[in-house]
Amino acid sequence: MQKPSLELKGSSFTLSVIHINHTDLAAVANELDSKLAIAPQFFIGAPLVVNLGAITDANYNLAGLKDLLISRQLVIVGVTSAPTALIKQAKALGLAIIKSGKQSETQPQLPKTTKIVRQNVRSGQQIYAQNGDLIIVGAVGNGAEVIADGSIHIYGNLRGKAMAGANGDKNAVIIAQSLDAELVSIAGQYWLTENLQAHATSKSGCIRLAGDALTAETLSL
Amino acid sequence: MAQIIVVTSGKGGVGKTTSSAAIATGLALKGHKTVVVDFDIGLRNLDLIMGCERRVVYDFVNVINGEANLNQALIKDKRTPNLFVLPASQTRDKDALTKEGVGRVLENLGKDFEYIICDSPAGIETGAMMALYFADTAIVTTNPEVSSVRDSDRILGMLQSKSKRAEEGLAPVNEYLLLTRYSPARVATGEMLSVADVEEILAIPLLGVIPESQAVLKASNSGIPVIIDQESDAGKAYSDAVARLTGEEVEMRFVNEEKKGFLKRIFGS
Ligand SMILES: Nc1ncnc2c1ncn2[C@@H]1O[C@H](COP(=O)(O)OP(=O)(O)OP(=O)(O)O)[C@@H](O)[C@H]1O
Ligand SMILES: [Mg+2]
Repeated sequence: MQKPSLELKGSSFTLSVIHINHTDLAAVANELDSKLAIAPQFFIGAPLVVNLGAITDANYNLAGLKDLLISRQLVIVGVTSAPTALIKQAKALGLAIIKSGKQSETQPQLPKTTKIVRQNVRSGQQIYAQNGDLIIVGAVGNGAEVIADGSIHIYGNLRGKAMAGANGDKNAVIIAQSLDAELVSIAGQYWLTENLQAHATSKSGCIRLAGDALTAETLSL
Repeated sequence: MAQIIVVTSGKGGVGKTTSSAAIATGLALKGHKTVVVDFDIGLRNLDLIMGCERRVVYDFVNVINGEANLNQALIKDKRTPNLFVLPASQTRDKDALTKEGVGRVLENLGKDFEYIICDSPAGIETGAMMALYFADTAIVTTNPEVSSVRDSDRILGMLQSKSKRAEEGLAPVNEYLLLTRYSPARVATGEMLSVADVEEILAIPLLGVIPESQAVLKASNSGIPVIIDQESDAGKAYSDAVARLTGEEVEMRFVNEEKKGFLKRIFGS
């Protein structure tokens, strides 16, 4: 089969953004020239996006600005944060209207929620605190599993498995009144009972990541 | 309202049937009208331990299936007034127990009895789940060894999530620990877990400690629940447990190694 003559593919690029804070073109030209004098290679030929967020004048001379930038050998690909009144003018000048990452619709972050369990977690039971910390007021038995995207605090004996930072959070910790775990893991790094026995010098403690390795700290609880 | 008590364990052979027979008999001896129901379909032996195996005509499954009514299937104990046995079927499989069927039978029993003791089969399959589903109280029968304790922990998790009370958000099932086949001498040598060890892991109130005892085997061979043998340590320990179950405060016995007298030490016991 013949290769199609064109293909559309999504890609993302890093573009420099020039913020225009003043309507006075002469003042902008002055400051631009002094910046170009310092680091011409940084600007010349590089694609630029013009941020018009500070411009409120609906009759702003956008064409004049474009000519000014072109005369300094800058390549203008579009405008961003333009007030609605200027968007038509920008389109007429052949400039793209670009939405910045912050402006575009981002997935709303779920609020962080803490899960509190006030009983023993028994063998065969599994508890998962999604997107937050897990607090157990009780023991976690052999064969039980407690998992959290955040940290895990156990006010009791940890005999089963505890997995913190299940979503990759390397700052998550596991704190237990007594650490006799079958397995502890943070952001995928894990210790089995024998590793734990080799590292943890005391019963109650805190397991966390130092770099890419787990460490155990003594805590007096 | 009758109180439904399941005698359960997870692990097999820990003494559920022995305990069900003893506790049901003990409650009846205290004047409470009591029925003990065998949920171990296909492996029935409650009727053996209760000494009524020759009188089984209809069973639990017959009643569930509407092939017999309760009065036809219930066996009245010969020795103890107020005590009845609902035997299991030896010939069916465990799937004969359905939630509706079991629920209906227990509801009907509840009209007539104060206590319904459910002798659970081992494991966590249908039979065991049906036995614990309707329970108000669970007697978690545990031997002082690691695998039994772990299975008991598992069963406690089931009680907290799979029972009717849990599913309907009612008050949770009352959970009690019954430690059976306890041998203080073997605890002292470190072969067995101590009462304190097991209590620490399972963290539920202790109903009783039943010592390892020759009397248990003797009792089941003769079809007389061991609680009838009040000379025996196991019989006394079961009586204590029944007293605690009905709210009395009784001190724990048989937890510490018996100091043998000089002659006993020389001649053995
Ligand atoms: N306190 C005791 N001392 C000595 N032997 C005991 C004691 N309790 C139970 N046994 C013995 O242990 C064995 C199993 O007891 P039992 O049948 O009551 O257990 P179970 O939990 O009902 O078993 P299953 O899971 O098969 O139903 C029997 O041989 C019984 O005699
Ligand atoms: Mg049994």
